[in-house]
This record gives sequence, C-alpha cells and structure tokens, in this order.
Amino acid sequence: MSDATTTDTGDTVPHTDTVLPDPVSGAAYEEPSATGTERGLLIETSEGAQELFPRSRTAPDELRREAGAVLRLPEGVVVNSDDIDIEQTDDETMIINMGPQHPSTHGVLRLMMELDGETVLRTKPIIGYLHTGMEKTAEELTYVQGSTNVTRMDYLSPLHNELVLSLAVEALLGVEMPARADWIRMLLVELNRVSSHLMWMATNGMDHASTSMMIYGFREREMILAFFEKTTGLRMNHNFIRPGGTAADLPDGWEDDVTVICDTVLPRLDEYDELLTGQPVFRQRSEGIGNISAEEALALSLTGPLLRSTGVAWDLRRAMPYLRYDEVEFDVIVGTFGDNFDRYSIRLNEIRESIRIIRQVVEKMPAGDYRVQDKKITPPPRGRIDESMEALIHHFKVFTEGFKVPEGEVYVAIESPRGELGCYLVSDGGPKPYRMHIRGPSFVNLQGMPVMMRGGLLADGVVVCSSIDPVMGEVDR
Amino acid sequence: MTTTTDGAATSGAPAPASGGSSSRRPRGDAQELLFPTREQYLGVVGALRAEGFETCADLCAVDYLAHPGRRLPEGVVPQRFEVVVNLLSLSQVRRVRVRVQVPADDAVLPTLFDLYPGTEAMEREAYDLMGVVFEGHPDMTRILLPEDWEGHPLRKDYGVGRVPVQFKDAPGPR
Repeated sequence: MSDATTTDTGDTVPHTDTVLPDPVSGAAYEEPSATGTERGLLIETSEGAQELFPRSRTAPDELRREAGAVLRLPEGVVVNSDDIDIEQTDDETMIINMGPQHPSTHGVLRLMMELDGETVLRTKPIIGYLHTGMEKTAEELTYVQGSTNVTRMDYLSPLHNELVLSLAVEALLGVEMPARADWIRMLLVELNRVSSHLMWMATNGMDHASTSMMIYGFREREMILAFFEKTTGLRMNHNFIRPGGTAADLPDGWEDDVTVICDTVLPRLDEYDELLTGQPVFRQRSEGIGNISAEEALALSLTGPLLRSTGVAWDLRRAMPYLRYDEVEFDVIVGTFGDNFDRYSIRLNEIRESIRIIRQVVEKMPAGDYRVQDKKITPPPRGRIDESMEALIHHFKVFTEGFKVPEGEVYVAIESPRGELGCYLVSDGGPKPYRMHIRGPSFVNLQGMPVMMRGGLLADGVVVCSSIDPVMGEVDR
Repeated sequence: MTTTTDGAATSGAPAPASGGSSSRRPRGDAQELLFPTREQYLGVVGALRAEGFETCADLCAVDYLAHPGRRLPEGVVPQRFEVVVNLLSLSQVRRVRVRVQVPADDAVLPTLFDLYPGTEAMEREAYDLMGVVFEGHPDMTRILLPEDWEGHPLRKDYGVGRVPVQFKDAPGPR
C-alpha cells in the first residue's frame, strides 16, 4: 500500500470523481463506502494502483486500451467508437473480484471484472502472487545450476524451460551439440508438449464441467510422467537438459516405452473426440466464445495456440527451426475464428502432430554422445572419478565454480506448448549469468484476456481463462 | 545510430552458416542489432514497425552497473541501464534487437504502447523490477510486486534481503 492508505486509518476520505489515480506514484483508490473492519480488510488486501478502478476513476486512455481501440487494426475493422462506453456511469455496473484463490483461475491469478448484469465489460488480470524473483536468483546461480531454477517456472513444461536456457548458454559458448543430444532433447520436449496439452485438456474439460475428461487427461499424462521419472529420475522439475547436452543417456528399452505411450495416447485422442469434439453442449459453450482477431493477437504479442487459432500459421519449430525440427515432418495446426473451440482443436491436434514427431525420433535416433565432449563444460564420467585425482578435481570444479561463458548477449526462442518461450542472456565472462530474462508466453498471453472476455458472459470467462492456458509459475516467475 | 550483427557482439562464437547442416545453432541468435539513442528510439522502432515487424516479442531492461566495460559498437555511449526490445517479423521470418541506453539519473524512456500494445505488460515489468519509467504508458504501475514495495529488485545495487536463521538457544532479534 502506498503512504496514502497506511497513514489514513481514520474516517473515510470524501470521494471525488474528478481525481484520477496517479499512474506513476500509484496513489491508492479509496473505497468510498467502506468503514471499520471492512475498510481494514480493504487496505490489507489492496493492490493499490494495480487494481481495476471504476470508470469515473479511470483515464480514457486506459479504457480504450481495454476496449482494443488502440490496437492497430486495418482500415474498416476499426472498433466502433460508440462501442467504447466511457460515459457509462458507475452505478450501472459492478466490479467483482475473482481470485487469487479461485479453483478455475489455474493458480493464483486474480481477475477484476466490471460487469453489467452478467456481461463482462472490462477485465484486468492482477498478477504477482507467485512472484519469487527467479530472474534475480538466476544471477546468483552458475550456468550449471541455472536449469534447476528455470525448470520451476513453467512447471507443466519444465523441459522447455531447461532447453531454452541451455540453447542460450550454448549459443554464447559457441559449441555444437552432438546429433544424439539434439534428438534426445527433441524426444523429451515433444513428450513434454503432449503431457502439457493433456493436462490442459483435463483442466479445460473440468472448466466445461466435464469431469470425465479431467480424469482421462490425467490418466494419459501419468504415463508420460512415469517415463520421465524413469529417464530423468523426477516426474517434474527434471534438470535433465543442461548446457552441454543432457544429464544422462536414455534408459535401456526407451523405444518400447515411447512406442507404448504413442500407441496408447493416439486412440484415446479419438475417444476425446467422441467425448467432447462432437458434443453439442461442448460446442455451444466453446464456439464463438472468446474471439480474438489475428490483428489483435499480433498487436498484443500473443503467440502459440492463441495466435494460431486466428489463422496465422506461426510455429517457431517450422519458421525458425532449432534442434532438428527441420529434419522431421509435422504439420502446423491453425484455426480460423480465434475462438475457444479453435484453441481446443489446435491443442488436441498438436498432440497428434507431436506423436508423429516422436515416432520419427524413435526411428531416426542416431548413436553417439548425449553431451558435448568439451572438458571445459562437461564433467568427467562417474567411473573416472574413482580412479583419477584429476577427474575428481575437474568434477569438483565444474560443479562448484562452474564454467566461464564468453562475454556477450543473446536472445533465443523456442516454441513451448504455450507459445514463444524466449531467453535473453547477458554474460560478463564469468561463471554466472549477468542477467537472465525469460520471456514467458503465459505472461504475455494474459494480455489477450481483456479483449477475449469483453462482451462475453461471466460464466464463459472461466472457460476463456482456461483456453489461454496460463501457468502462473511462468507468469509471475 | 549504430547497426551490427550478433557476430560482432559475441566474439569467439562461430558465425552461423545459413541453411547448411553443419551449423546447428538456433537461428534465433543470428539477429540484427540496432543501437539508437534515446531520442531516436521511437522513430527507429516506428520505422521497423512500418517495415513489417508486426509484433514485439520481448522487452526487458538490463542494469550494467556491475559490468561497465561491456563491448559496444563505436559511437554508442554506455549508460547504466539498457532497454532491449526484440521485434519479430512473421512475414520476413526475421528478428531484430533494439538496444537503447538509458542513463541512471534520468531512467525514462518513451513508451512503445502506441506502436505495439503488447508491450504493455512488459514495460510494466521493466518498471517494476528495474525502475525504468516509460513515459506515456497508460498504466505505469507495478505488476509483479505489491504496491508498497520499496526499490526495484533487479537493480544491481538492490540489497538482497536475508531472513535471519534462528537457532533454538539464540537470542531473539530484539
């Protein structure tokens, strides 16, 4: 809270309609009617200027921002200025608060919504409840330790986080990965994409009140997590993809495990089709809900399934291939209308495409090393430590001091299940990153929410929120 | 304004070969770099917007307080803060990175909101964690930290707090 709220514990401050909250100093908004305990609670839970204010206290610029008027739309598609109801008075509408503790916001997301009856007029996501300063933490960890940190950001696709950091570090180091390392990474991130989308199918089904989908989604995801556990030792937060390769080779018989996963998940996707895709109730609740246009999506920097649902065929795996994505065949799934149903079908069919990639990886997996044989980066094999003093020292050095990365800065981006996952890494030549910034797709995609919610019903808001697929660990970092 | 490519900034790294299978480095890091001054910033980004960079992929700030001697191209005066904007062109499959120097005593930059509404949350994040103010932003408030937070934690001179560990017999803090 700002000084204005904390010092002001006496009587209510007279409410003046003309004063707008100062955006820079962040003077808090005072609820005019609250007194006593209610007022104390308001102060305690206030996020100050970050909150959504009544119209009378909101600058026209901000109202237009939420209405999408400032979005650069092509001629003819310009938002009708009558549509932006700045004149609407406060007593016709109501601001309600959803979250941060709400089962359908998928974590600690808080939404403040202005409602006219049941219609959502304005929405403002308020975030930061899970902020743990991971970018600051990254500056204290060596490059070797770094992936334990980033893997906890997007906890539904941890391997993507590890991969983007590793690719950034390797780009600065200028090392070439052995072919097998690339293919192992591709296998793991595609499996992770399947598990992440399955998790989304489950929770999205739940938000549509389809509890069967919830159970089925988790059931299939469990198989993939079991494979991850066998491979990396952990179900989540693996720290398996590291700068310089992977932590270990794939376990014996991995081809069989992966084939069983593919053979099981694929026919079950057809079951989902039967359960949801063809269901009139599901279709009515998702078709034409939460629409967003391609122009709006691009202006708001949305990526991933959100952007593809508007008909823009943009997938970094295809457009700017990393790893060996240019050597496998897959289709980029696009939608047409940019509504909830398109986003659902994109994710469902992306599971099919990922399985197609996984099958090709199983076929094409080359023999060789799973990490780069560069003594500066790679610790010696476990067996050598017992017999060689130098290997022991080397091992100790790599894990305590880490390795030095040449001075420079780099931005690397990959396609995570949620969109463009980027890593901006600055090195000052030391063993720790000088600055590590993660461009989290969920964080940016949340900006689409006010546009997608606008004019819809409150009951659909829950589903719209789900179809954005925000992972709060990544939003707040 | 100075233009360069990544190869100059990261010495020692081999130049990525185009198309060949010999270089497996991600294409994302073979990007153009632009170094406009603060006055040129809006104009340069606006020109890029007109040139076909449809979307702003990322915006973040870096505090170079503890690393003053960084390599910059000729003619660029290093300042404490640097705001890094990553623009992406879907039609040209191209990225460009704009790095603009922001002095410590006047950490203000015009907002990109009118060009790229998607920078709204990113600029708020840069303000919240690094303390760079974006002029003209419709909602320049903190985004990740609570309203009453003091300071900007990603700055290099921000004291990282410590929670005192209390042992069984140790005297209390007061």
